[in-house]
Amino acid sequence: MTKIELTSHTFIKSALKNRYPQLVVLVVMLAGYIFAMMAGLIGTPVGSHNFSIVFVWIAWWAILILFAVPFFGRGWCAVCPIPLPGEWLQRGAILNPPNKKPKWSNLRWPKFLRNIWLQNISFLLLALFSSVLLTTPNVTGIILAAMLFTAIALSMVFERRSFCRYLCPVGGFVGLYSQTAPIELRVKDKQACITCDGKPCYNGSANGYGCPWDVFPGGLTRNTYCGLCTECLRTCPNDNIAINLRSFASDLEKPSARLDEAFKAFIMLGSAMIYAAVLLGPWGALKDAAYHVGTSAWLIYAAVFLGIVFILLPSLFALCAFRLENFNSFKKRFTTLSTALIPLGLMFWVAFSLSFVFTNASYILVSLFDPLGLGWNLFGTVNIVWQPILTPILAPAQTLVLVGGLIWSARTALKASNEAKTSSIPVIIYCFVVTLIMLWLLL
Amino acid sequence: MGPRVSLLLLIMAGLVVAFAPLPVRSIPPQTRTFKLDARQFAYSPSELTVNQGDNVTIQLVSTDVVHGLYIDGYNVSVQADPGQTATLTFIADKPGSFRFRCNITCGAMHPFMIGKLTVGENDWLYRSIGLSVVALAGVFLLTKQQAQIHYDKD
Repeated sequence: MTKIELTSHTFIKSALKNRYPQLVVLVVMLAGYIFAMMAGLIGTPVGSHNFSIVFVWIAWWAILILFAVPFFGRGWCAVCPIPLPGEWLQRGAILNPPNKKPKWSNLRWPKFLRNIWLQNISFLLLALFSSVLLTTPNVTGIILAAMLFTAIALSMVFERRSFCRYLCPVGGFVGLYSQTAPIELRVKDKQACITCDGKPCYNGSANGYGCPWDVFPGGLTRNTYCGLCTECLRTCPNDNIAINLRSFASDLEKPSARLDEAFKAFIMLGSAMIYAAVLLGPWGALKDAAYHVGTSAWLIYAAVFLGIVFILLPSLFALCAFRLENFNSFKKRFTTLSTALIPLGLMFWVAFSLSFVFTNASYILVSLFDPLGLGWNLFGTVNIVWQPILTPILAPAQTLVLVGGLIWSARTALKASNEAKTSSIPVIIYCFVVTLIMLWLLL
Repeated sequence: MGPRVSLLLLIMAGLVVAFAPLPVRSIPPQTRTFKLDARQFAYSPSELTVNQGDNVTIQLVSTDVVHGLYIDGYNVSVQADPGQTATLTFIADKPGSFRFRCNITCGAMHPFMIGKLTVGENDWLYRSIGLSVVALAGVFLLTKQQAQIHYDKD
């Protein structure tokens, strides 16, 4: 598919360059975030009637995984309110760059942590406690507050959006899966970036800030670390930044050779399967183990969870890439081939979320008009009886999504195996087997 | 055979796998009664299997707080007070696999208090596996044909 430059339309471009539309959206999101946080902390302890649980884990999650990530990649990051207060403090301004910047530390993020291992760990920490987190409003409130204040604290110490880039548990997988999205921010002419004086897209200028994501747009080849904040659109003196529509998964044609990203793919794939078993399966003992944090059953559950995502799935996959030669070429083959798991993992999450969202969507109207669970009945919606929606189409929709994901990853495996100069068959068999397991768990 | 013809044949094969009627085993309907214990946040037994057409009675016994039982697809439900038994009877006329779940808020993990009812064979699972096989065969076939076209052009 030929790329279509969205920013060639004057209206779109000026709407993106103007700071006010973005500010309005961000402020509304921040207000919603703080309200969800407060609802979690002071609202009803009944999760299914608390705004924080219903809006964060049902509404937001549905929008994120079923819509935002597949179609807009890191579009969510562009409107995420978490870095906002810290960024305002760090910049000493809400809109345009000020004449005098505040004197925060502005340290560079430590070099050995410039990867997504911390994001892998932060996601897993939440995942291990997910049964409590998804169902207990005050735990959700505490986590939302912790993320907001950690982002503020990091903005005071480190430069740019260090929290988003290196620590956010959501940002890691959004970045990984954003490679599949049909939208990208790229430069039009790389040569113009090479000769550009002062690189204002990275270093900032009077027109805007240097890339908050610590990315030099001239070197962008993948969506993974571009937060679509459009700051470079404002600072580029050569009108060289474009937001393009493109075919799905274009980034996967240039597979990454990074181990942290490869493990992210395993973590997300394994977590989707474990969530499907724990939250949607009929096994009470498994739910008990996942929910009773700190008990010996939970410790076993946590060990099995980590064993699956860090040992079982990667080691079985390693067999697909194994050949007797030096470690570096094995590692490159392993990471390159793991690209095939990106579309599959995304589709696993979509299939899991369809079930989760269709079942619980009816809570949204109830909690919208009685967000703290205090017995308000603003529009007569509180008495809506819980009822799963779209049940007859759920199983066919999940099959379509999972089989579609298998086709997508098989095609990706064929391309990745050409890059890795090895056979695609073992990887495709691996994808087929994990798809069968997911089908069995969901259907 | 060109890629377009292959794609058409694959789509037809997929439709056959997904929708072709399967031979139905004619088993005379029976009356089946299950005693189902409900506690936070699980049913015991948590998986029920019946034949299509069976007259199913579920005696729901709640052992701690008020619990409910709602069967997806059948849209029937019942609620049991602690220590009490409530009875739900229905004809299992729709084949397939259905989740049943608590429909009375019973605690933190309430939304995930789930069991599984299988009526007859879980055909959709087998059809989905079949679709996966057809899909992979399609990927290999079409990739091979496209490679051949590129090779011929070169």
